[in-house]
Amino acid sequence: MAEVSLRNVTKRFDTIEAVRGINLDIPDNELVVLVGPSGCGKSTTLRMIAGLEEVTSGDVLIGGEVVNDLPPKDRDIAMVFQNYALYPHMTAFENMSFGLKLRKVAKDEIKRRVDEAARILDITELLERKPKALSGGQRQRVAMGRAIVRNPKVFLFDEPLSNLDAKLRVQMRIEIKRVHQMVKTTTVYVTHDQVEAMTLADRVVVMNNGSIEQIAKPQELYHHPKTRFVAGFIGSPAMNFMRCRLEENGSELRARISELISLPVPAARAVRFRSLAGKELIFGLRPEHITEPRRSDRDANCEFAAMLDIVEPMGMETLVYFAIDGQQICGRVDPGSGAQPRETMRLVANMDHMHLIDPSSGTVL
Amino acid sequence: MSATAIGMRAGPSFVFRASLRRNRRWALITSYVSLVIFAIFFLIPPYYMVVTSLKSDAEVAHMKTNPWIIADGVTLDQFRLLLTQTDFLIFFRNTAIVTVCVVAITMVVSVLAAFSLGRMKFWGSSILATGIFLTYLVPDTLLFIPLFQIVKALGLLNSYWGMVLVYPTLTVPFCTWIMIGYFQSIPKELDEAALIDGANHLQMLTKIFIPVALPGIIAAAIFAFTVSWAAFVYPMAFLYSADQQVLTVGTVTSLIRGDVYKWGMLMAGALLAAAPPLVIYAFLMDYYIAGLTAGATKG
Repeated sequence: MAEVSLRNVTKRFDTIEAVRGINLDIPDNELVVLVGPSGCGKSTTLRMIAGLEEVTSGDVLIGGEVVNDLPPKDRDIAMVFQNYALYPHMTAFENMSFGLKLRKVAKDEIKRRVDEAARILDITELLERKPKALSGGQRQRVAMGRAIVRNPKVFLFDEPLSNLDAKLRVQMRIEIKRVHQMVKTTTVYVTHDQVEAMTLADRVVVMNNGSIEQIAKPQELYHHPKTRFVAGFIGSPAMNFMRCRLEENGSELRARISELISLPVPAARAVRFRSLAGKELIFGLRPEHITEPRRSDRDANCEFAAMLDIVEPMGMETLVYFAIDGQQICGRVDPGSGAQPRETMRLVANMDHMHLIDPSSGTVL
Repeated sequence: MSATAIGMRAGPSFVFRASLRRNRRWALITSYVSLVIFAIFFLIPPYYMVVTSLKSDAEVAHMKTNPWIIADGVTLDQFRLLLTQTDFLIFFRNTAIVTVCVVAITMVVSVLAAFSLGRMKFWGSSILATGIFLTYLVPDTLLFIPLFQIVKALGLLNSYWGMVLVYPTLTVPFCTWIMIGYFQSIPKELDEAALIDGANHLQMLTKIFIPVALPGIIAAAIFAFTVSWAAFVYPMAFLYSADQQVLTVGTVTSLIRGDVYKWGMLMAGALLAAAPPLVIYAFLMDYYIAGLTAGATKG
């Protein structure tokens, strides 16, 4: 059990700066997910915490102690790899007990710990099998078991579910959450999958281009992204972005997104945005906030007509795609709304959830 | 895709399937015929050896008899004479000692070299690895002249221990090269997992890499064994007394006197000399192939 801290941590590979002076504090027992596109520096950050990569500058602290110069084995961490990294010549039991044996833990104790971990992960009957006789999900459980038995200060997960098929991934995601609830340990989890990040994390760290874009709880990240990158990265389908200009119309403030469509900014926000009137901005709205008209009391001003290009029935909802000023926009409508491609449909924008973004800095205003 | 298209053009699908079967039948027939021809081609010399070794000297010398069959009855005289009247057993013992030592030395040096060159990336490691392979390309017919000076300076001329020293110049480079390829084919997460589990580099090598790379190591060991067992140039150059001689040179020098060839004993000797490699290959063939291909494709 320990907190993990990164202080101005930088990693440079020759001329490429993979991680650019990041700061992060992870309190004891928290599950933090580092998420971002490939090459954003999230795996490098994890590997620096593990001690598999040297830190170019800055400090990595585990339990308040600077561990920059400690080898991985002395950092009291355990790591689960994307490709499991099980020792192919050892049985599941031997794989899980290898680290304990090297640390000269007594045989009875090893057996007790492995049995306990196997019970938590439901792999008791697989302990005598070698990795090649295990399925992907079972291998990942053994890899997790290997981490659990060590009872380390920190768990590190490096895209552990990427090699599993979609169904198994969901199953293992729940499993990891369950295990974390049972074995309370500080956990750093790296993934490129924002769904994994949202579902697993106590807090999510969104990284881009070697820097941290935002650190927040999943819901906060979703509803209050700080940058255009975060707004676009979190959520699937992604948030719609449209060029817009704020127009003052007496007391009313409207966001003009095309010649034909201008949408009223809710009064509560109008006060904040009034100073931006006349500026070219980016308007952001998530697909679930573009729907068919549902309630009669909704402001009719927010309605607009759109010629649908593509209609994707998903079962519980239907995704509709249309263009505004050449920009593709996605909306989520009720499957019973009768959306048809190449037909005009009345849609309504829920402006309470709108975002305005400064196009030059990319910050959400 | 194209096969399906052809099948559809040919008409009903059974026509397509029938032509596929016919195709396969021809492919099989061709491969069997070629394999049988090759098998015969390669088995004639050993057959000739066996037949000749079981004949009496008189039958071997008789010009009128058919060399392919044993006409005057099977005799083990050649083997008896070889084992009792010549130094064959001494040659055999010397060869066995040299080979066991060479394989052991080669394996220790090559495994350590390959592990450090293949896994512990350091400045110049790839150039060194290539350099090691290049030394393998220098033939022993060139090397034996400078090596003669070294062996002589060490006082190991005409001693089979000299062979234990010089054979690794042939075996270490190639074995290291095979194992570099093999070690490199092992995912790097495996050493990282071992590092995190608390292993040092030696434990990583002995507990993870050697067991995982065992097919490659066995392939390399077989190679070292074969080279050492069959080496001819070095013992020819460095050994001259019978008590230090090894099988390859010893058999030839003691059984060919001037223009007198003791064919029966030569064949019996060759047969006995070929037995250990044969047995080893028979048991470890699968490892050998697995090891060589892994080294070749993933290195």
